[in-house]
Amino acid sequence: MAFYVVQFLTGLASAASLFLVASGLSIIFGVTRIVNFAHGAFYMIGAYIAFTLTERLSGTFGFWGGIVIAALAVAVIGVIVEMVLLRRIYHAPELFQLLATFGLTLMVEDLVVLIWGPDDLVGRRAPGFKGAIDFFGQNIPSYDLFLIVLSPVVLGILWLLFQRTRWGVLVRAATQDRDMVAALGVNQKWLFTSVFAVGVFLAALGGALQIPRDAVHHAMDLRIIVEVFVVVVIGGLGSIIGAFVAAVLVSELNAFGILIFPKISIILVFLVMAAVLIVRPWGLFGKPEAPARKTPGLTVNPWRPLTSNERLAALAALVIAATLPLFAGNYALTVGSEIAISVIFAVSLHFLMSVGGLASFGHAAYFGLGAYGVAFLAKMAGLPMIVCLLLGPLLGCMGAAVFGFFAVQLSGVYFAMLTLAFAQIVWSIAFQWVSVTGGDNGILGVWPASWAASPSHFYWLSLGVAALVTIALRAMVFSPFGYALRATRDSLLRSEAVGINAKSIQWTAFVIAGTTAGIGGALFAYLKGSVFPDNLGISLSVDALVMVLLGGVETVSGAVIGAIVYKALNIWLVSQTDLSKLVLGGFIVLIVVVFPKGIVGMLEMLAQRRRKASPPGSPLLAKPIESAE
Amino acid sequence: MSVAPPLLAVEGLTKSYGGVHAVRGVSFSLRSGEILALIGPNGAGKSTCFDMLNGQNKPDTGHVRLLGEDTTGRKPREIWRMGVGRTFQITATFATMTVRENVQVALISHGKQLFNLWGSAPNFDRGEAGRLLELVGMGGYADRPCGELAYGDLKRLELAVALANQPKLLLMDEPTAGMAPRERVDLMRLTAQIAREKSIGVLFTEHDMDVVFEHADRIIVLNRGTLIAEGSPAEVRGNPQVQAVYLGEGLLYDAGHREGASA
Repeated sequence: MAFYVVQFLTGLASAASLFLVASGLSIIFGVTRIVNFAHGAFYMIGAYIAFTLTERLSGTFGFWGGIVIAALAVAVIGVIVEMVLLRRIYHAPELFQLLATFGLTLMVEDLVVLIWGPDDLVGRRAPGFKGAIDFFGQNIPSYDLFLIVLSPVVLGILWLLFQRTRWGVLVRAATQDRDMVAALGVNQKWLFTSVFAVGVFLAALGGALQIPRDAVHHAMDLRIIVEVFVVVVIGGLGSIIGAFVAAVLVSELNAFGILIFPKISIILVFLVMAAVLIVRPWGLFGKPEAPARKTPGLTVNPWRPLTSNERLAALAALVIAATLPLFAGNYALTVGSEIAISVIFAVSLHFLMSVGGLASFGHAAYFGLGAYGVAFLAKMAGLPMIVCLLLGPLLGCMGAAVFGFFAVQLSGVYFAMLTLAFAQIVWSIAFQWVSVTGGDNGILGVWPASWAASPSHFYWLSLGVAALVTIALRAMVFSPFGYALRATRDSLLRSEAVGINAKSIQWTAFVIAGTTAGIGGALFAYLKGSVFPDNLGISLSVDALVMVLLGGVETVSGAVIGAIVYKALNIWLVSQTDLSKLVLGGFIVLIVVVFPKGIVGMLEMLAQRRRKASPPGSPLLAKPIESAE
Repeated sequence: MSVAPPLLAVEGLTKSYGGVHAVRGVSFSLRSGEILALIGPNGAGKSTCFDMLNGQNKPDTGHVRLLGEDTTGRKPREIWRMGVGRTFQITATFATMTVRENVQVALISHGKQLFNLWGSAPNFDRGEAGRLLELVGMGGYADRPCGELAYGDLKRLELAVALANQPKLLLMDEPTAGMAPRERVDLMRLTAQIAREKSIGVLFTEHDMDVVFEHADRIIVLNRGTLIAEGSPAEVRGNPQVQAVYLGEGLLYDAGHREGASA
């Protein structure tokens, strides 16, 4: 019995940091409507700075002072980020905001390694809370008891702040209707900045308070942000009470999940999250999200199928690509295969994201499931390559069917957070279920059959599949189903009023996209000869998002161009620098702020401008209709 | 002896929110080809009543029947499949698609081809889409992106979309809200003409009494959730209770002699 009580208290103590970070995220979202992906990064910087300060400053005062100063310092960094970056993108679509803050996260990951080194740092114990308390033969660290008391205290302080101060009233008002608050003459800029500072302070404090419990390392940002997303999805985005209750719930589920499913403890959290989503899609304490703001001018060019000339051009490009083995070496062909696989991956996400308006932040899950599907079939069942390639993607299809069912119940940022959480769950299973997946060691020796073994043959195979997949998905964009999918993206109200069951259309699109990603993953497994948990990791999911975004999210064929440019750049960059995340993160931020329309979107805009400029005095009535490619 | 059921029969609809009775025991019916206006002051329960007809909201008690078939509590998309088209107070269209594509989506849904992955949507029922657009006077706009249209044109597009499933009944929530006076007259004339030609029943809510008195065959008046009057435009106009709660006294609405109506 005592053991369970102690386990319960450990869970409560873990909830403290989670609550601090989640409440910060919620407060920021409530007012600015930005889901701050970089929140995990601020948490991590808080921990690193607190580590340095508590090492330098001595004594009790030095330790606690160091923690608070660290949190304040990070809040200042947050203010700078808000003023320099976020103010430019408040009116951008939410996807762009998520991506920009994700770009920041990538940059921070490399920066902390640059400053503090790649090794885990073990911080000092908290003065006054170094010992443990004996509870019927079980030890409870006294620092855990401190954390258990801390969260309700913070909750109380936040409550007073929001209920009893003028600032709090303004924040609550802005959470309900920020345009109205602005119309009443409140300086919105500073309100947003101060809210962001408070949210970041809470995240950094959460990080700083973790140092006596946990080592500080450069991957702690992603771990916390996924847990925080799960917390806010369960508790309801924008609700502080919700953050508190859900943080406790998730922490307890983790604490006891270890006892029930020691191998895959995260399953329990997933089951609870799924149950909450079915009963209350907006979380326990959340409210339904207001309909997503349509950014005017984002997608005005109607899509149309390729003209016959353009088809010929695409075919010519394909033929030229197919001649690569005639003059390129083995390395170039391997890179070529990898780029072709990236194209498959990118167009599959494009179908979901651009056509369906569902920006998945966990699309790598289905890519990786396809890869694992092949590995299982090839290694365990010993099936021939062609059978594996055909059946392997079915694992991606099944994963997409299960997770997609829940994900399409939500939309917008909730959808993004949920898909990310699902991907992380799949990753955890691949990582933790060592007996089946090999865990971190992956599954090795997945080699192609002799007919596809040579680099040139494999390149042709990848190129052919990529071409087929691209053509098939493009045809689907212009199929009746594609129209229905676009209809659900444009107006749920109108789709329902013309008899469209939006959820089932979106679910179908999710399964199609997941299966297609699985095809890419299946090829990838044979290309690398192995599969690892990284094949379904977050960074791969983000690669896909960046490829689509780089090509231009509102174009039909942008994903192909985006995938080729991005993958080539990425492979080159990794070979050139150790700081690829820093460069990549900066690149993402730059795209979002400077080129939100992507490469193909930019080209279209230029073409449009030229056409408009050339025939002077063209009759107003015959206004040319631009078509997106 | 059996009498054919009316197109729409509303029986004792009631809905309350907490202690507020938004709609109390409202009953009325509508014949094919008839144009019925639902009017009343703000807060009278028009929108609640309307939403219970189109499936957006469920009544506490009471029934809605379409040609004798009970539609109470069904989802909007199911009600659409039974032959009910609708337009919204604030237009809802597919902004990134062209005008023709907007109509084609409705035609695809009507043809139960929503899950057809391989057909060609740009060529789907192109002729019928064109006919519908011609019908509402939007034939020349077929290739325009919907996001570029003026508000009045969006309203006409919505009408074309609502007609795509050959509805028996049209539900129009404040069809002329936000339009210029001339556009209002044109839109309602068009609607009335189509309704009579195709024998479609029309139920609309409206605050513009010019529109109501010119086009409605019959008017029902709601106040505080209760039906207080029902009858021809002349009867309703002369009803002292309606004047007291909504129209105001001493005002004279005469559809025949207004500017714009004769244009």
